[in-house]
Amino acid sequence: MPVNHSRQKRGIAISPKNNSPVSLFFEGAKDTFPLIVGAIPFGIIFGTLAATAGLSFGATMGMSLFVFAGASQFVCVSLVTAGVAWPMIVLTTFVVNLRHMLYGATMVFFYKNLNPLWKMVLAFGLTDETFAVAVSRYSKNDGVPGKHYYNLGSMVFMYGNWNLCTFIGLTAGKAFPGISQWGLDFAMPATFIGIVIPYLVSKPMWASVITAGTVSILAGGLPHKLGLMMAALAGVAAGVICEKVFSEKKERI
Amino acid sequence: MFETGIQLYEIYMVAGMALVTFGIRYIMFPLSGRLRFPELFERGLRYVPPVVLTAIIVPSVLMPTGETLNLKLNNPYLIGAITACAVGGLFKNLLLTIVVSMAVFLGAQWAFAMGW
Repeated sequence: MPVNHSRQKRGIAISPKNNSPVSLFFEGAKDTFPLIVGAIPFGIIFGTLAATAGLSFGATMGMSLFVFAGASQFVCVSLVTAGVAWPMIVLTTFVVNLRHMLYGATMVFFYKNLNPLWKMVLAFGLTDETFAVAVSRYSKNDGVPGKHYYNLGSMVFMYGNWNLCTFIGLTAGKAFPGISQWGLDFAMPATFIGIVIPYLVSKPMWASVITAGTVSILAGGLPHKLGLMMAALAGVAAGVICEKVFSEKKERI
Repeated sequence: MFETGIQLYEIYMVAGMALVTFGIRYIMFPLSGRLRFPELFERGLRYVPPVVLTAIIVPSVLMPTGETLNLKLNNPYLIGAITACAVGGLFKNLLLTIVVSMAVFLGAQWAFAMGW
């Protein structure tokens, strides 16, 4: 008992105000900073491309303000350029963003004690980046309450940055007409590789990631980015099966 | 360069995209109270973040033009990705991974453009 008591006390002494909503908010923002560095070229290129595709200022800003989903915004711009009708663009958005349903399913457990308004706000901000940052903080079993403030901090910084960069692309992008050909689009795979690497600590994780990568190439020719969903489902299945195989092996030993 | 006035079809398009995207991100929360997910499903969810991101990374690196597979070392995306894996694996630092691999990627792209 005394040991427990002193450990508890030491824990409090080490982090006297680390669990307050404000410090959790800024901790979330700080942990999202590397991802923001990767997102900056994206937002600027999106604004530039949208302007050259003939989208209006209002529609471009509206997309970043209300849709807030980078990949589907890029797809939308390319479809507008190709003259595709808006209902088809909305349908394509649905398919491209379908993966976020899996993000929502993952967060159900972590958000279960939040009120509906909090759930709506945080669900709106479930981008690839904020999801990755928030889920790793939630998964840390340190008993810190109020991690939704951490999640909010990550979301607000991603959102602010995305809209600012879209605006810069729309306005200043005209000064650099060839910016979309600079190859800054490598920022996305670079960021995502950095996110994936810490996950690769177990054999099932490796199996799931290798499977997803292989299927994403094999199914890459499918229309409307359906290959992405197929690769994701195959990867998850591989991970779960591999996990089962290894646990059975252990039981036999 | 851009139109300042928003057109009607754009309003429908942006509103539709916004509704669809928010719906996808939110739907699981009201649904979860009503249905119980099987244990296997919940176990599978742990693989979601790395798996989805990998499925985005691999085609964009190995098929940068979107059509043909390019596994040769004249592909700057591949060189950048290998750098990112190496730096990320060695230092486990996200910012360092992004900055170094971006620099290597841009350098490789520039070098190939110069005809190396």
